[in-house]
Amino acid sequence: MSNAMATVPASRTWQRHTVGQKLARTALWLLIAVAVALSVQSINVIWEFLWDAPEQMMDMGRRMWPPDLAYYPKTVHAALMETFHIATLGTIFSMVFALPLSILAAHNITPHKGLNLFAKTMLVSSRSVNSLVWALLFVAVFGPGPLAGAVAIACRSVGFVGKLLGEALEEVHFGAIEALKAAGASQTSQILYGYWPAVKPAFWSIMLLRWDINIRESSVLGLVGAGGLGMAMNAAIDTFEWDRVAVILLTIFAVVVIGEVVVTYFRRRLI
Amino acid sequence: MAAVLNIRGLTKAYKPGMPVLKGIDLDFDERGLTAIIGSSGTGKSTLIRIINRLVNPTEGSILFKGVELSRIEGRQLREVRRRIGMVFQEYNLVERLSVMENLLTGRLGYVSALDAWRRKFPEEDVTHAYELLDIIGLSDFAHQRADSLSGGQRQRVGIARALMQRPEILLADEPTSSLDPKTSVEIMELLKSQGVTNGIPVVVNIHDVELARRFADRIVGMTGGRVVFDGPPAQLTDDHLKMIYGGEGWLQ
Repeated sequence: MSNAMATVPASRTWQRHTVGQKLARTALWLLIAVAVALSVQSINVIWEFLWDAPEQMMDMGRRMWPPDLAYYPKTVHAALMETFHIATLGTIFSMVFALPLSILAAHNITPHKGLNLFAKTMLVSSRSVNSLVWALLFVAVFGPGPLAGAVAIACRSVGFVGKLLGEALEEVHFGAIEALKAAGASQTSQILYGYWPAVKPAFWSIMLLRWDINIRESSVLGLVGAGGLGMAMNAAIDTFEWDRVAVILLTIFAVVVIGEVVVTYFRRRLI
Repeated sequence: MAAVLNIRGLTKAYKPGMPVLKGIDLDFDERGLTAIIGSSGTGKSTLIRIINRLVNPTEGSILFKGVELSRIEGRQLREVRRRIGMVFQEYNLVERLSVMENLLTGRLGYVSALDAWRRKFPEEDVTHAYELLDIIGLSDFAHQRADSLSGGQRQRVGIARALMQRPEILLADEPTSSLDPKTSVEIMELLKSQGVTNGIPVVVNIHDVELARRFADRIVGMTGGRVVFDGPPAQLTDDHLKMIYGGEGWLQ
């Protein structure tokens, strides 16, 4: 034994990366550098404006300060309520459509490749379009106003809720379902008694998270005419009333913080 | 005694050409506890799951009180399943529901999905559930969530759920494998006594040969997808055990 120990070379070295790995890493860094350089070139930075930016920011800040707080009760409050309604209604609509789609998308509940594919395609197409784009479409259909906003929010949320809920359904432990099946329960009873209790916490957690996101999204939808805070902000920007823009931005900030606190509280109680 | 279950020429191959069960013939009559023993992977679990069609047979016939159930589907299958109670190794309770709700899931085959969802079960089902809770000694746990129970308590709930079906046969797939020795004995006692009380056959897959000997009226030994022993425990010799499990060192 001691012989074998002695034959081991005294200077054993350890390196984190092999030569090949080192080369690959250097190449990767070079690639990133080239990509950054190319991107900067292609976005056509107007350097005069960029150097000017700090000054412009200061100027905008001065125009925003002090915020025109009297503007809040006049216009912003009503717009804020509209934003709440858009987000909440949109979330509820999305739930109605996401539930059946998530069941169709979960291959353990719906063992039918065609239906899975159909549901997944619907969910992906919902997610692939941004809320603002959905809003543009629905403003064209329903005309400007909160209805277009609520439907846009719903269309975007269906994909999000449906995908996450479908995944939660697929992860449900099979044992309990098997037991219900063995007792002669129908598919509907299996969903109501086996799957639903198992995904209920995930479901409410997903809905709360989406509601939280929707509050934020619906506050900008007004930029394309779909009602809510964004509409008030758009009006204020167009007339260069920066002190009013500041009030709206502060409102959005406050709403997001409050939403976060509320959502965190409820989520903790749910799980 | 009238036959409850007749299995003939039962074959199951999960992959074509590689059968797990190779022509099983078994009959079960109105009473008694049958223990199916055999090493892991020998098809015990498949056999018991084919009886209530959680697994579909490849070939052969399963006659349950005159109903051929090897090929039925849909409503017909559900109506047969609700007459067959099943107890699982991992209990398979709905974790987030209460003990009472878990018991009532035994009636899902009889109650419409809507009524079940509104928790509108017939009065007699609730009464029966309370009776069973008294029997398994968990009367004070009716409103507790299933995931707050210990393994032994869960398995007793699992048995009560199966009995809620007022089954005509009770199947148990390794009901004691996840439990300590003392609890295992209690669970076997419960299965045996409930079989006798309700006058129904009980079929139990079990690893533990001693437990099988102690509680079974009949032992079925399986190896390599075939039945190699079928008789009362007294006739089960070490030679049989060698044949069932292979080797002999473990017998010492």
